[in-house]
Amino acid sequence: MSGRMIVDKAVKVVLFASAIISILIVLAIGFFIFRESLDAWAKIGISEMLFKSVWRPGQDQYGILAMIVGSVSVTFGAILMGVPLALGCAIFLAEIAPAGVQSIVRPAVQLLAGIPSVVYGLFGLVILVPMIRKLNVPGNSGFGLLASSIVLAVMILPTIASIAEDAIRAVPENYRQGSLALGATKWQTITKVVLPAGKSGIIAAIILGIGRALGETMAMIMVIGNSVIMPKPLTANPLTFFLSQARTLTGNIAVEINYATGLHANALFATGVVLFALIMIINASARWIITHDQRSSEKAR
Amino acid sequence: MNDSKLVTINYSLYYGNFQALKDINIKIPENKVTALIGPSGCGKSTFLRSFNRMNDLIPGVRTEGSVLLDGEDLFKMDPVALRQNVGMVFQKPNPFPKSIFDNIAYGPRVTGLKDRHKLEEIVERSLRSAALWDEVKDSLGKSGLELSGGQQQRLCIARALAVEPTVILMDEPAASLDPIATLRIEDLIHKLSENYTIVIVTHNMQQAGRVSDYTAFFYTDETRTGQLVEFDETKTIFTNPSDQRTEDYITGRFG
Amino acid sequence: MIGERSSEITLAHTAKTRNLKTEHRVQKFWFSLMWLFGLITVLILILVIGYVLVQGGKAVNWELLTTPPKGGLSGEGGISTTIATTFYLVGLTLLIATPLGVSAAVYLIEYAGEQSLSSKFLRTMINIANFAVETLAGIPSIIFGLFGYVLFVSTLKFGFSLLSASLAGACLVLPTIIRTTEEALLAVPDDYRRGSLALGATKWQTLSRIVLPAAMPGIITGIILSVGRVISETAVFYVTLGGSYRLPTSIMDSGRTLALHLYYLAMDTRAFDKAMGTGAVLVVMIFLINLVINLISRKLTAGVRKVR
Repeated sequence: MSGRMIVDKAVKVVLFASAIISILIVLAIGFFIFRESLDAWAKIGISEMLFKSVWRPGQDQYGILAMIVGSVSVTFGAILMGVPLALGCAIFLAEIAPAGVQSIVRPAVQLLAGIPSVVYGLFGLVILVPMIRKLNVPGNSGFGLLASSIVLAVMILPTIASIAEDAIRAVPENYRQGSLALGATKWQTITKVVLPAGKSGIIAAIILGIGRALGETMAMIMVIGNSVIMPKPLTANPLTFFLSQARTLTGNIAVEINYATGLHANALFATGVVLFALIMIINASARWIITHDQRSSEKAR
Repeated sequence: MNDSKLVTINYSLYYGNFQALKDINIKIPENKVTALIGPSGCGKSTFLRSFNRMNDLIPGVRTEGSVLLDGEDLFKMDPVALRQNVGMVFQKPNPFPKSIFDNIAYGPRVTGLKDRHKLEEIVERSLRSAALWDEVKDSLGKSGLELSGGQQQRLCIARALAVEPTVILMDEPAASLDPIATLRIEDLIHKLSENYTIVIVTHNMQQAGRVSDYTAFFYTDETRTGQLVEFDETKTIFTNPSDQRTEDYITGRFG
Repeated sequence: MIGERSSEITLAHTAKTRNLKTEHRVQKFWFSLMWLFGLITVLILILVIGYVLVQGGKAVNWELLTTPPKGGLSGEGGISTTIATTFYLVGLTLLIATPLGVSAAVYLIEYAGEQSLSSKFLRTMINIANFAVETLAGIPSIIFGLFGYVLFVSTLKFGFSLLSASLAGACLVLPTIIRTTEEALLAVPDDYRRGSLALGATKWQTLSRIVLPAAMPGIITGIILSVGRVISETAVFYVTLGGSYRLPTSIMDSGRTLALHLYYLAMDTRAFDKAMGTGAVLVVMIFLINLVINLISRKLTAGVRKVR
């Protein structure tokens, strides 16, 4: 074999090794994190961890239910506020805005995506929290689910908006023409033809937003209060639920890992496993929704 | 030519600075098939789209002169209402990614009709009119995209019929279909013309000869501006055209 | 039946009663709402960036940029060491991630096709590799931090250091580099490859002399995107870099990035004005990076147009 051919073969092996490394990394992440969490599952037990809400490592209490509720609640709030705004933005950019306006709004969305999470956290800390504190509700510190939901909503907005916009643009133009030629208005065309046709991409965008929201750490620590309590309404008014402080799964890990040892550390790794599992479930549901939707769109309503 | 359904008077159209159509004067008769023929790029499709104002969707389009439907200026009407009255079938069939039933019910639903019984009536009637009912009556829930090309085009015709237009515009409706499907469409056009005014753009001269009662010949020179050269009964155009350019096109000397 | 028109006036009736005026008003309402949403998005951007730049700008001066933080709980001093640490971290992380990521992408795009003829084992490995990249892209930053903590800080005993942090960071940005390189490679026309092979060049020669140079702008975009990611990221470095405010003198030293310093200023020392200043510097850096990316991609598409 000539020298050139030997080089060629050698390169192929090296490149193959690089490709496999990503598999190794995923396996390594899974392995190490799960291994560190084993003691927690063994000594504390799954039901104790997942269903108890008292987290006091000093007294050997490792219930993370309060953190699960915290993560889910803040994600829910972020989705509630962020999804309509993001979808509206996507529809606006894809179907309504003239080219000149698009060239201002779209870069704005991209820029929002690039702002570091700690800057959003700082902004929330310095502006949002004092503003919310002004609400005259007993126990309201300004920190809590409302502040963090708003911050998180802004953070996931660019993710959802750009992917949803791509999905809407991907809908073939001749569907729009067909609809307008039948005497539908532009808005009817958007709601009855374009959005249904782009449904799976839009859902994928929202799911990605949810995943991003569940994974956010530092910005949440800065505005959510971090009290290890089960979030609940501060007064009889159920809306004050969002004024409650909380702690997220991610925040739990980050705030305590640097000084945790022994079983405490194991429990934090177990929190990581729960977080990972949650995100995997959501991604899997997304994939199921999308394939199920494709199959059912071929049947009559 | 009495009973003119569509009339254009000194009608010109510009894409920005480029003039696509120049001074078109035509009277399209009611409940007959009128074919628009001519070499490619001479503005036939643009002219066709003027009748349902689909050109409005293109930025930078400007028109001069007038286009009348039943004597009224098209451009003063609500375009949405106009498009209910003047339907369109496109070159490539474009059924929505919905069921056959929902495709046809789309138009009526958009006008506010919700009654399930009436919708079912309309769907059946439209599919019968479009000669598709027997083939799909047991599978109305199937996706429109699962039909063959010819069936999809008949579905689009049924869909257009469901909103009860008085005019149907067809832009090379059989261009993407095989010969057998093409003949079925031509047959359908012939039957539809008893009750609807049909304007059809076609590249296929034999088709124009088979299908239309009247023919308009469009032509363009180096300026690429389309003009109406001759408009007459089809048999006259094909056997005894008045203009030399028409004769050259018919006999295949260009185009 | 065929070609028939209805004699009943079912729909024509609806056409006359169709309330076009209402429909147009409804459309106007929703369109205005969409305009509002677009406007709100731009306003949010202006608000956040504006506030950070204006308030933060007040604290930024030459002294801030050139003196190190005084440490302790005072929050006094500047941010010079954090700027340096940020650069070091970016450099080291990309040093590790870029060759790895580009190589992986090259294999997955350029070599994976042929495997359809050969072993099933290789084909499954490639499918798994693609799935692994997708999975990595979805893993939150804190998990990478935990991983880095276990493997690099503890088990391999690298401790809280630039090394641990850049290894963990490399895992974080690897999917980004792989994906953007893959896109860049896919955009290179097949004609280039065929032309080179037809002249008797080997596959590697084709790749190194023709394909990779052609894909370079896209690859560089991916690298710069990762630079932005490393600068903005906090969670992964929070648990692997340690919090030292001193200048790292070796890769085993601890340190703080700008983003981490902002976090410490805000949470530990409550020095909000300095934190804003740090934020302003961060935002300007990100803005410049975005600008560079846009310029490169514009040059990219312009270059493609010229080729045609």
